[in-house]
Amino acid sequence: MDLSLSDEQQLIVDTVRRYVQDEIVPLEADLDPDAGELHPDDQARLIEKTREMGFYGLDIPKEFGGPGIDVTTRALMAIEMSQHRAGLYNPCYGTFGGAGLAQLYEATEDQKERYLFPTLRGEKKGCFALTEPSGGSDPARAIQTRGQRDGDEWILNGSKLYISGADKADFALVFARTSDDPGRNGVTAFIVDTDTPGFHVRRVVHTLRSTHYATELQFEEMRIPAANMLGEENRGFAIANDRLSRQRIPYAAGCLGAAIKAQEMAIDWAKNREAFGGLLAEKQAIQWMIVDNEIDIRHARYCILEAAQKADRGERFRTEAAMAKLVASEGSGRVVDRAIQIHGGVGVTKDLPLERWYRELRIRRIGEGPSEVQRLIMAREILGGSFK
Amino acid sequence: MTKPVVELTETTIDALPAQLGVYEIVDLTGATIKIGYAGGRETFGMRTALHRELSDDIAGGLRFRHEFTHGYLTRWQELLMLYEADHGALPPGNADHLGTLGRLSPLSVDPAPTGSNSWI
Repeated sequence: MDLSLSDEQQLIVDTVRRYVQDEIVPLEADLDPDAGELHPDDQARLIEKTREMGFYGLDIPKEFGGPGIDVTTRALMAIEMSQHRAGLYNPCYGTFGGAGLAQLYEATEDQKERYLFPTLRGEKKGCFALTEPSGGSDPARAIQTRGQRDGDEWILNGSKLYISGADKADFALVFARTSDDPGRNGVTAFIVDTDTPGFHVRRVVHTLRSTHYATELQFEEMRIPAANMLGEENRGFAIANDRLSRQRIPYAAGCLGAAIKAQEMAIDWAKNREAFGGLLAEKQAIQWMIVDNEIDIRHARYCILEAAQKADRGERFRTEAAMAKLVASEGSGRVVDRAIQIHGGVGVTKDLPLERWYRELRIRRIGEGPSEVQRLIMAREILGGSFK
Repeated sequence: MTKPVVELTETTIDALPAQLGVYEIVDLTGATIKIGYAGGRETFGMRTALHRELSDDIAGGLRFRHEFTHGYLTRWQELLMLYEADHGALPPGNADHLGTLGRLSPLSVDPAPTGSNSWI
């Protein structure tokens, strides 16, 4: 595997790195340590800048007007984009634009006109409503929200939990059980306008991620036009699997970016802080922590780039993407933990971004499928013989 | 918020720990004037934020209540959304709110399922 960057990739990495250092980090000095948004004027100015750079909407597929960046370059960019305080969950405060819900790229032309294209133009926002109070890691079996056909409509009843952005979304992608099949073959996906009668955002759910809340939803006799069914009836889980695996790669890369920055901070601190008559960097206990950090960082980088390069070559990459997600989220958590230990007291204060990354990286081991599910994906492929 | 309101004075503010959290400023009639938070940049947390409110209280007589929480930003947004759901608009002191607020349709005034801050 070739870990070296092409000239073009190096140029892109350098450009994004400068953008983060020159444009994003200085603004954070004046924001609350937990801030998740820029001032609207700064946001607008920086979006203009990323448009000029040709990077706006970088996750939009080329056939839909995106810049057509390959997965490897996208991963390299994600590593850079997350190297600031809010970078894990809001890399560069969204100034590179979004791509909307991956499942919408598999929608009908009518659905794309009504939901995907307005999302790409920034006119609409969507949210993803899958997890329920009955469970999230095995949603195919946990889903209890029911959908019943009634002529040209579907009637949905049930609830969803830990849903991000539902209170601000124009539409939600809702998964509901539509047959007696207790597993994945009984679930259908629907696009639901959030102003539909019966759609309720019942409460805010506070988490470790104190910048951003999740919500709990309730659906009461919610009537959805049959034209808003996404994909085939009872085949809601088959939609966009490839795109979802692809998303795990920049997700992993975001974790790695925070770890790289934490390691830089730890090294800098160790080389300047004195204790017991010498620099921290001279103590073996500290040296070993720095080395263990480097091992975790390089391991994650290798897994991420391997998954990305396989995806770019058009090969199967499901196992590699799962491994990258697992290795990067768990390893980066360890790196930030050690960086805090090296810093001592100041490491847990809000003066530094380490405490925020520490909290947010704990969530990354659960989001986008917990580590155990990633192992399950890999085990199926390895033991099933499809991995060679 | 469930705590009783107290007078906004130097004495009541200085009696508070310098922690982070959210607060509500009310007038003599009990109407909410502003919902604010003491964030990570405040020198002495809640004390600094409330001293600022006190210095803005030209007419005097304001009261406040508070909650200490590290999730001050999300709790602050939640309180604003609950207020808007009840009153159809934000408190006058939050009228210049810049961010986009979400929409809640809570089952009750305080929907926290287990009284998440009731132990404070």
